Amino acid sequence: MIMQSIKRVIGSIEFGILSPQEIRKMSAVEVTVPDTYDDDGYPIEGGLMDKRLGVIDPGLRCETCGARYGECPGHFGHIELARPVIHVGFAKTIYRVLESTCRECGRIKLTDEEIEGYMKKFELIENRRKVREKLIKEIHKKAKERKVCPHCGAPQYELKFERPTIYWEIRGEEKHRMMPSEVRDRLERIPDKDLPLLGLDREKSRPEWMVLTVLPVPPVTVRPSITLESGIRAEDDLTHKLVDIIRINNRLKTNIEAGAPQLIIEDLWDLLQYHVTTYINNETSGVPAAKHKSGRPLKTLAQRLKGKEGRFRGNLSGKRVNFSARTVISPDPMISINEVGVPMDVAMELTVPEKVTEFNIEKLKKLILNGPEKYPGANYVIDPEGRRIRIMETNRETLVEMIDIGWTVERHLMDGDIVLFNRQPSLHRMSIMAHRVRVMPYKTFRLNLAVCPPYNADFDGDEMNLHVPQTEEAQAEARILMEVQNHIISPRYGGPIIGGIQDHISGGYLLTREGAYFTRLEVEQMLMFAGVEVEELPKPDKVENGIELWSGKTIFSLLLPKDLTIWYRNKLCEDPKECEAIEKLIEEKLIPSKEEIRKVATDGFVYIRNGKLLSGAIDKKAYGREDGKILDIIVREYGVERARQFLDQVTKLAIWVITHRGFTTAIDDEDLPQEAIERIREIIREAEQKVQRLIEAYENEELEPLPGKTLEETLESKIMAVLAESRDQAGEVASQYLGMNNHAVIMAKTGARGKILNITQMSALLGQQSIRGKRLYRGYRDRVLAHFKRRDLGARAKGFIINSYKSGLTPAEYFFHAMGGREGLVDTAVRTAQSGYMQRRLINALQDLKVDYDGTVRDPSGIIVQFKYGEDGIDPMRSWQGKTVDVDRIIVRTLLKLREKG
Amino acid sequence: MTAKKEFAIFDHELVPEHRVLSEEEKAELVKKYKIKLSQLPQIKADDPAVQALDAKPGDVIEIKRKSPTAGVYYYYRIVVGD
Repeated sequence: MIMQSIKRVIGSIEFGILSPQEIRKMSAVEVTVPDTYDDDGYPIEGGLMDKRLGVIDPGLRCETCGARYGECPGHFGHIELARPVIHVGFAKTIYRVLESTCRECGRIKLTDEEIEGYMKKFELIENRRKVREKLIKEIHKKAKERKVCPHCGAPQYELKFERPTIYWEIRGEEKHRMMPSEVRDRLERIPDKDLPLLGLDREKSRPEWMVLTVLPVPPVTVRPSITLESGIRAEDDLTHKLVDIIRINNRLKTNIEAGAPQLIIEDLWDLLQYHVTTYINNETSGVPAAKHKSGRPLKTLAQRLKGKEGRFRGNLSGKRVNFSARTVISPDPMISINEVGVPMDVAMELTVPEKVTEFNIEKLKKLILNGPEKYPGANYVIDPEGRRIRIMETNRETLVEMIDIGWTVERHLMDGDIVLFNRQPSLHRMSIMAHRVRVMPYKTFRLNLAVCPPYNADFDGDEMNLHVPQTEEAQAEARILMEVQNHIISPRYGGPIIGGIQDHISGGYLLTREGAYFTRLEVEQMLMFAGVEVEELPKPDKVENGIELWSGKTIFSLLLPKDLTIWYRNKLCEDPKECEAIEKLIEEKLIPSKEEIRKVATDGFVYIRNGKLLSGAIDKKAYGREDGKILDIIVREYGVERARQFLDQVTKLAIWVITHRGFTTAIDDEDLPQEAIERIREIIREAEQKVQRLIEAYENEELEPLPGKTLEETLESKIMAVLAESRDQAGEVASQYLGMNNHAVIMAKTGARGKILNITQMSALLGQQSIRGKRLYRGYRDRVLAHFKRRDLGARAKGFIINSYKSGLTPAEYFFHAMGGREGLVDTAVRTAQSGYMQRRLINALQDLKVDYDGTVRDPSGIIVQFKYGEDGIDPMRSWQGKTVDVDRIIVRTLLKLREKG
Repeated sequence: MTAKKEFAIFDHELVPEHRVLSEEEKAELVKKYKIKLSQLPQIKADDPAVQALDAKPGDVIEIKRKSPTAGVYYYYRIVVGD
């Protein structure tokens, strides 16, 4: 299948109106018979299925071009209308033009000076559309006001336009209806030289062409009839409408020839106008829609183009494609982030065209022999002439014999093939990335958990799409630009969007925290599992009872690049003093000795020197998404391929640790000792007393209003502050009793999942429920629930929940919680709708802008929008957290190099 | 200049510096970006800044803006009549 087309660039497209001459010239036949097929099912000559309009029946030949069905593109015909009719699409334009011109001489109702002035303005603005349209509107307004023609002096009457296609002339008392022929006569009189001022053109759009005298009949290929199972032919809606038009047209013609009374002729004329109007647009306001026998409105010309399923949005901007698949997704932590697991059934349906060369001919022959049924096989071969031949049981052997260089084999999808993987809604470019195929059993697509964030995917039934690029160019482009590792850094904020999530973080922490040691067996297993190749294990960190032990930090270091040096404060750093000590040491000495570091080492401060983790535990800040510092540095300084390898290994290592150590969380993770519960109760009691005192102060009018607030608002904000503080205090008490051996706390503190607040709510108390940032207040008169006194301003009456999820809510509290919880649900629903609409509008506004090679941002006509992209010309993906360069990092690297030299 | 000046707009800190380009600078700009003057962003002749500078349609105004990304950023706009 070699495309023989000659490539040409479209320079410009111009739209105009067809003139009657043009319609006749492109017509293959004048259609006069309001019928389609005769009783034998043969096209009637001069009818709407005339063979000169093209053929849709196999076996017949087109009488215009001689080609058969499938080859003949179809040809236009025409109908000679007995009387002219208005084209609805132009009804408004016709009205404007009529108003602007003289009823006698056809000149535009402007003085010669005005004409000259406007002509000059038109030359100036060239083709800036908005200005042009404004100018034309202005001209229309001016010309309409003239009551006397400045050219011939004829008096002008006011015109009235009645939708959709009727024009009235108000001659004083008398109202005169202008029939389309009269309208056309007037339009014909307008001289060519006045046309530009009306926004028309003498070659592309003479005004009288807006009144139809000849109607083009689209080729049959545009409106094919469908043969139903019962053998009955169903005609296309357009054909039905054309039948109506021809029938009325013929009736009108015979009536005119017979000299029928004017009244009857005008009635038929209006009927013809109705049919032509609905033929063009069946949703014209003020016109009853033409209906099918069943009562369904007909789908006519405008309806074919309009709307989501119309020609533009449905067939041109978006199409259905081949070589694609869609199924449910499920996780697989064992495959690389740039791989995708493809079910065997899918792999045997999707194919990649592979050209036969002397190097792969033997391999391809084997695939052909396997055929479509056996994997790995092939479904089609394409011969040098471009003919596709399906591989079948019967022709396998012959095809293998025939195949030679120059042929192409469409072989099954195999491991390592490049495919595009996508999840809707495709909101950013990371929604479509290239993956390498791993053919697998079962029926779901498999993906690595680290790529869930960019796709925003989870596994509660999500489906994803897969596309197979069919040319070498497309495959190369996907490999170079679209592979997952190229998108680790998000262009949105210049940091990693792909990274470890959830268990990867918790596992990393369990591996690297102070006091985590592993035996030789464990170390060997985890390194094997993670796919880390080590020549020799490092020396054990300590020996206890004759057992060699390695620290998690040592093992983690094996995954790092050998010359990586970095230090940062992580999420676990709670006591700034501890971190400051080590930070100061590093910054002063730059290369402190190992012993010195170990002395001040803390989980809260990560220090990696020459690929050795010397201090600190791994948490979200190491390789989590959004703020993974180590991952970020590896991408930038060691390349995306190294980053991919690091991410693959580190996530697997973390998973090994977390599965073998065991990691669960249950409600008993929130168990607090009696002492703690008492302290929390005490905090709540105090807070409630404070609130009570505030209310008393308010009632005794002793409360001082805050600036800009009423007395009531002051009271509210003070109460809110007291209650919020009490919840924080209670949370602090709770976390004092829950240490870093508590799994829920580990997850919250390392950033793997949840916040400390969630733990507080589970173990201590829920705190204040709110709607729009205010305490709950809606419900019954002067109270939220009937369980409280009217005008009770106390904490509990207005939605303060003193219980925790664990201790259980009282009925009133449960109700308050439902009120507060509903706001969250409504918010998310509203937010997605709003942001989706905003996204659509933004894309529509910006889609045609591009960054030129000189760094300017321009629209398609070359108008400059920005003189430098983003004002600094920086690609945010190559930037550092959105900034041009990370100066600190450069200084550190340089200093290190200098110090190492001595 | 018929309109009475209430205050000098360029003294306000939110108004960036404006300057009319000379003919040579104009030619240089056109050459640098390989553009026609009509491809520059426009500014209306009745814009207060243009009136304060007494610029005429066809003049090019250079605006020196503060930019959060680049520090200083120069923008060019051509004065158009209405």
